[in-house]
Amino acid sequence: MDTQVLQEYLPLFGEAALLTVGLGAAGIAVSIVIGLVCSLVQYYKVPVARRLVQIYIELSRNTPLLIQLFFIYYGLPKLGIKTDPTACGIAGLAFLGGSYMAETFRSGLEAVDRVHSESAFSLGLNRFQTFAYVILPQAVSTSIPPFVANVIFLLKETSVFSAVSLMDLMFTAKDLIGLYYNTTESLFLLVVFYLIILLPVSLLGTLLEKKVGVPDVGD
Amino acid sequence: MSDLLEIKHLTKRFGENSVLEDINITVRKGEVVVILGPSGCGKSTLLRCINALEDTQGGEMLIDGEPIVKGGKNMRKVGMVFQSYDLFPHLNVLANITLAPVKVMKRDKEQVQEEARELLKRVGLSDKEKSLPRELSGGQKQRVAIVRALIMQPELLLFDEVTAALDPEMVREVLEVVLDLAKQGKTMMIVTHEMQFARAIADRIIMIDGGRIVEENTPERFFTDPETDRARQFLNTFTYENVHKKEQ
Repeated sequence: MDTQVLQEYLPLFGEAALLTVGLGAAGIAVSIVIGLVCSLVQYYKVPVARRLVQIYIELSRNTPLLIQLFFIYYGLPKLGIKTDPTACGIAGLAFLGGSYMAETFRSGLEAVDRVHSESAFSLGLNRFQTFAYVILPQAVSTSIPPFVANVIFLLKETSVFSAVSLMDLMFTAKDLIGLYYNTTESLFLLVVFYLIILLPVSLLGTLLEKKVGVPDVGD
Repeated sequence: MSDLLEIKHLTKRFGENSVLEDINITVRKGEVVVILGPSGCGKSTLLRCINALEDTQGGEMLIDGEPIVKGGKNMRKVGMVFQSYDLFPHLNVLANITLAPVKVMKRDKEQVQEEARELLKRVGLSDKEKSLPRELSGGQKQRVAIVRALIMQPELLLFDEVTAALDPEMVREVLEVVLDLAKQGKTMMIVTHEMQFARAIADRIIMIDGGRIVEENTPERFFTDPETDRARQFLNTFTYENVHKKEQ
């Protein structure tokens, strides 16, 4: 491995990593919002909306991100909706991630024993108070491990962003290999940068699980 | 004594299945009514109806003269302790007890905590206020659940087989607390399978079978000389006098 080459490539990969993290974070943030809304619609069995959410979830989970991106990037302009690569990447990731987050949050909510909402109700708490003080805190702590898995999964999924000409880590590696044939160095840096991004997320997740899994005593 | 709870012609169905049929009960202030009956007779459902946890299909229920409705303000007058340990697992004992008074009654937190400590002392759990529910025994959990219901100052307390899931040794400690409440003049409706306890605490026994009241009597009469065959038959299932190991 040529250390000279590694040094030269480092800033390029650094820039690409920022794009990967930036778009990943934005996409995940939106997918959390989508997931929360969808899971609440399902948990409270909102008529009609519940069916729509189901259709969305099946559509989103059972098609690959690459195809979703192609649809947004090449398909939507044909319907008169202009998209730029950045918006397309975020939208694609959010479309995919929303369904995963929705299912994670829903299972967390449904894992809370019914007797808790009944006793909250019997103590006079209204629906909102019951949700905020009794159901949500329990649901959050059971949702943490699958939630962290989703975040890691979605960050890795950003590797197909290169297909819509976003200069992320994958794009940079492929580009450099195509230009200079420094395959070993490029792939090495690619792996290293993915690890730099994902390992802290993974560790943070474990810490979070410990902190929230063992509920903090008191109020 | 005036009437606290009035149930008139209450009917409850799950789909086609009738669970409670034409139930009429009046509970006066300060009275302790024990509801007995075989499993699945509808006695727990009755308590759940009184606590507005179930929809009803007919009849009327009044608490202090006002109708019982889901989410109604007067539902604060009714408190309930459930069979399964229903303490909120993410909150410690003190937080479990103070949640409702602080959030629902908007009372001052410090003041509520003081009161909670006082009540915990009365049920012998002063040292447990910082414990999480999973660190408590079944009997301790139920005592906390009783305190949690009490602090809302309900006029009527409902107990739904609160000792059914407990080890025999823990049954006593929970029942002592309930007996203590009876001595203080609390109005209570108790569903239980502890016959001796029922006899000791009840002012009146109501037996339900197949969703209907089959007998209403004083505890003395009910346990020694019940009016109906059904009650006699039911009580016989609790004795072993007529059971012999060997043919004689």
